Amino acid sequence: MSRRVAYVNARLLDPASGLDAVGALLVEGGRIADVGPDLFRDGVPEGIERVDCEGACLAPGLVDLRVQLREPGEEHKETIDTASRAAAAGGVTAMACLPNTDPPVDDVAVVEFIARRAREVKLVKVFAYGSVTRGLRGEQLTEIGLLKEAGAVGFTDGLKAVADARVMRRALAYARGLGALIIQHPEEPSLARNGAMNEGELSMRLGLTGIPPAAEAIMLERDMRLVALTGARYHAAHVSTAEGIEVIRAAKQRGLPVTCDTAPHYFALNEQAVDGYRTFAKVSPPLRSEDDRLAVVEAIADGTIDAIASDHAPHDQESKRLPLAQAEPGIVGLETLLPLSLELYHEGRIGILDLLAKLTCRPADLLALPLGRLAKGAAADLVLFDLEKSWQIEVERLRSKSKNTLFDRRHVRGEVVRTIVDGRTVYCREA
Amino acid sequence: MSTINRGAFPHRHLLGIEGLSADEITMLLDLSDGYVEQNRQKDKKRSVLRGLTVINVFFETSTRTRTSFELAGKRLGADVINISPDASAIKKGETLIDTAMTLNAMHPDVLTVRHADSGAVHLLSEKVACAVINAGDGSHEHPTQALLDALTIRRRLGRLHGLTVAICGDILHSRVARSNIHLLNTMGARVRVVAPPTLLPMHIERLGVEVFNDMREGIADCDIVMMLRLQTERMQGSFVPSTREYFHFFGLDAGKLSAARPDALIMHPGPMNRGVEIDSLVADDISRSLIHEQVEMGVAVRMACLDLLTRDALANEYESEAETRQ
Repeated sequence: MSRRVAYVNARLLDPASGLDAVGALLVEGGRIADVGPDLFRDGVPEGIERVDCEGACLAPGLVDLRVQLREPGEEHKETIDTASRAAAAGGVTAMACLPNTDPPVDDVAVVEFIARRAREVKLVKVFAYGSVTRGLRGEQLTEIGLLKEAGAVGFTDGLKAVADARVMRRALAYARGLGALIIQHPEEPSLARNGAMNEGELSMRLGLTGIPPAAEAIMLERDMRLVALTGARYHAAHVSTAEGIEVIRAAKQRGLPVTCDTAPHYFALNEQAVDGYRTFAKVSPPLRSEDDRLAVVEAIADGTIDAIASDHAPHDQESKRLPLAQAEPGIVGLETLLPLSLELYHEGRIGILDLLAKLTCRPADLLALPLGRLAKGAAADLVLFDLEKSWQIEVERLRSKSKNTLFDRRHVRGEVVRTIVDGRTVYCREA
Repeated sequence: MSTINRGAFPHRHLLGIEGLSADEITMLLDLSDGYVEQNRQKDKKRSVLRGLTVINVFFETSTRTRTSFELAGKRLGADVINISPDASAIKKGETLIDTAMTLNAMHPDVLTVRHADSGAVHLLSEKVACAVINAGDGSHEHPTQALLDALTIRRRLGRLHGLTVAICGDILHSRVARSNIHLLNTMGARVRVVAPPTLLPMHIERLGVEVFNDMREGIADCDIVMMLRLQTERMQGSFVPSTREYFHFFGLDAGKLSAARPDALIMHPGPMNRGVEIDSLVADDISRSLIHEQVEMGVAVRMACLDLLTRDALANEYESEAETRQ
């Protein structure tokens, strides 16, 4: 008989069903055998291991739509092993990685390589995106069908937009036939070329080439027309501007099959973080104005933004200790995704279930993965967290191999206590 | 010259004009004035910086500015070394920090640094123990150029306050423009920028300047017309359609200059593109062109900067020597 564990005295939070109640959850054979407020009300029977959650929140493990693992090719920055440890510590039980590795994920063999490495590491679930175009060059389509059969959960050229309208049209049309999801980096590359930060007063003062917010809206506007033309599902990654959000909002109202996500830095920070030429604040798309930041917060609250992803982008010192124009974009995010997202809850911008939905069941649904739920029979991928616990992010404690965070020493509320994947505890807070 | 108190200039580096007060700018200009006189004597050499080492690190080539800094250091008695890190190596970027660390280990007292990237000098200054002077970083700042321009104007017209200065040309890529705008605004001058919209950065008006797209309107009633260099690679259709068209609308010639005050003075940071942004007749009009005076002021201003930024280093030196003696 397989091992049975009862998590009792937990605040059960399941955004998919709307459950928010104190109760218990039974894990058996890596799956959720039972869950609810009445479970084990009269005590846990003998033979079942009992874990007292002491009132902490028990929710589906986070599903992170967007991480860069750097393996294969840049193992000095991150590996599937170190990223998995970071994910586990951050309450992330499943993550989907971008194809911008070396070699890129444009071939079935690379999808299989990542899956094999993830099995060896055996911490969290790792899914791979295939690239839309071969070599991420934006010209010829990859074997989208074969990649999908091999396990690719979606298709994107990662940090590069599919810039050519005809290529994008064909990618969307072809993907529609296979039910595959195309994910776009929504930025018109010709307007973003050499851009180091958001275009605005600060970029002018610092003498840096700016990327206008319109670069995002222009690409989204174009893509909306291609979505209308092809009828394909489309997902816009890390939306960062008020203008871009407005395009998505209008498209949704028209009934187009469009979704989008954002990342914590786009609602936790604005472009002022770049002042003093701080390369850790260089991300792609760039941090925007305060008005844009507020628009992102509003769009999360009103549902225009469907999901929040970490946009985990590890970079070593050598890639960041450079003049801003030369530095690589990106920050690590797996371990800060939950507490930074919870800031929106603690500030009263959004209810806890609505927020968690954007971190669990919504991203799982977008990738058509049967994850992100506290449901009988579902995989026991769980996060136990203390919603009110105040703590300080400390860069030296991050498990990620790269330490390029902008949130060092930030005071946050909400701490992961335990992370469970397929019933197995993969992270436990040190007592 | 030596009446300025130590501590009156509270900056360890000179990375930009933004953030300097009017008093601090005046202090630098007053000090420079003295050095102008010194430089006109037969014996130009002093020993203010004796024993100190100045390294000019030019990641981007520049004969004019580097020579000016070199002369400034030598006339003050410093040991001056010029380094031009290999252009192909610096493109990789990592070597900026490596270079900084290497130079730092040689115990220089001042580094003057030019780099093609905005913020690069700022980054380097965080990694070294000595004073750093920004000799131009990307499109950000070129503080000694703005100081020498101000000194040139002040010596000719006696003041900066209340003057109207038009800065014309490639404002977008110009560190000279940004430094001059900060300085002239701080000193109470009125600043205009004159350029086609493609050569103006977005939000430039937030620096407190008036924006003009028409040259004649822009220089009308100005005391000073400050021309900027337009790099030829930017005139092949990327920012403006052609050299010919640019000169037609924005090149300073006698015709357009007639819109300015009859006694308006002309400046240019050099090197000039004759026939592109400025006509030779105008550039060489000795009654109106301050272009050669600017070069002369450059050496004096850089002497003042070296002097001021090393006073703490020298004072600390004496203190530590005194401690050793006890």
